[in-house]
Amino acid sequence: MHDPHLITITVNGTEHEVLTESRHTLADLLRELGYTGTHLGCEHGICGACTVLVDGVPARGCLVFGVQADGREVRTVEGLADGGELSDLQRAFAEHHGLQCGFCTPGFLMLAEAFLAENPAPTRAEIREVVASNLCRCTGYQGIVDAIEDVAGKRAGAADTGTSRP
Amino acid sequence: MVYHILVKPASYEYHRAHDLEHALELLGELGEDAKPLAGGQSLVPMMNFRLARPSALIDLARLDELRYLRPVGDGLRIGALTTHRTVETATLPGGFGVLSRAARWIGHYPIRSRGTIGGSLAHGDATAEWCVLAVLLDARIVLRGPRGQRTVPAAEFFHGFLSTAAEPGELITEVVFPSPAPRAALTEFAQRQGDFGLVVVAVALETEGGHCRAARVAAGGVGSAAQRLPAVEQALAGAELTERAFAEAARAGVAELEPPEDIHASAGYRRTLTATLLRRACLEAGA
Repeated sequence: MHDPHLITITVNGTEHEVLTESRHTLADLLRELGYTGTHLGCEHGICGACTVLVDGVPARGCLVFGVQADGREVRTVEGLADGGELSDLQRAFAEHHGLQCGFCTPGFLMLAEAFLAENPAPTRAEIREVVASNLCRCTGYQGIVDAIEDVAGKRAGAADTGTSRP
Repeated sequence: MVYHILVKPASYEYHRAHDLEHALELLGELGEDAKPLAGGQSLVPMMNFRLARPSALIDLARLDELRYLRPVGDGLRIGALTTHRTVETATLPGGFGVLSRAARWIGHYPIRSRGTIGGSLAHGDATAEWCVLAVLLDARIVLRGPRGQRTVPAAEFFHGFLSTAAEPGELITEVVFPSPAPRAALTEFAQRQGDFGLVVVAVALETEGGHCRAARVAAGGVGSAAQRLPAVEQALAGAELTERAFAEAARAGVAELEPPEDIHASAGYRRTLTATLLRRACLEAGA
């Protein structure tokens, strides 16, 4: 099969038909589609800034070729907020100073989003292990861990009292 | 839509396999420079660095037939496309818990969520947790190729720096761990969590009345491939199940090792680290 490839990719619920060259990464493809919230840092799988969800599974966007995402559902940071309303996770990052320059933030948000979906009641140690996946050079991680812990606690509280998740 | 962006990897031809037979057909047709693409967590970084420039990739993602964990007799069969994360979170048959515990050491959560056991074995990094465990537990690696299926014992599979017994046209389809190892542990040390371990060690002990009757020991990072450490195994045989006895056996057993040296650690540091990790692994396994 020769370049370019015509693929169908669903991003945050919107279906796109796009021509992509096989060596273009999913992160590149997303940015070209306008989802520039997905940031590219190291481009070899170390920094995690390009973390997105592919069929709900967290992935480094630089270690997946766009063509591999044919027929898949991708979620990016743009899919977290509901209209103008930030998600609980995004608000917690702001409240706990889980970001400073913001470059790594989309990757951390998507990492935490996937992790909390899989493990809604993590220990602080588990959160620390997971955030080691991505690099942040500003915060020292403390605020990021606090934010994720806070969201896990609030979601658990909301579930206990029967109110729906914000 | 046409766009022009800067790229890291060299161009290659992308092929998507529909099933195992199709993947093998493509591997045969496309020749030696074509590579199977599983989770891509080792191959794609190498392509982004242009350390690897395959002419074509054969995407195996649709081969759901290679994603499974199945007990077989006393043993466990794992399909090549099973992710590290699946092994980490699975409820495994008794005596195979070491596989889940070891999987936690692999890279990071997103990497474990995409990376596969078959891909890791095929890549053959000396410090890959699966390579060390395969050698430790006498795993059998099942390959399919132009001449049908064959099974290679782990002891004969890893040939040295990123090189294995897999021949052109062959694909790893399964790894079989033949028997349970209830008293086994893997541990390692890296400068940052999730990095490749400087040294990775794994032990499987057989115990009897407070003593170690026999021990199997394997390590990565002390040579060009994952390997057994017979001197440590001998030193551990008959040892008491105490920290002091484990430490003594480990120290004696690593004396003849000649680990590689690089900017991360000297040979001497790696040797001492190996002894320390062996003591920890024995304590975990013997507990």
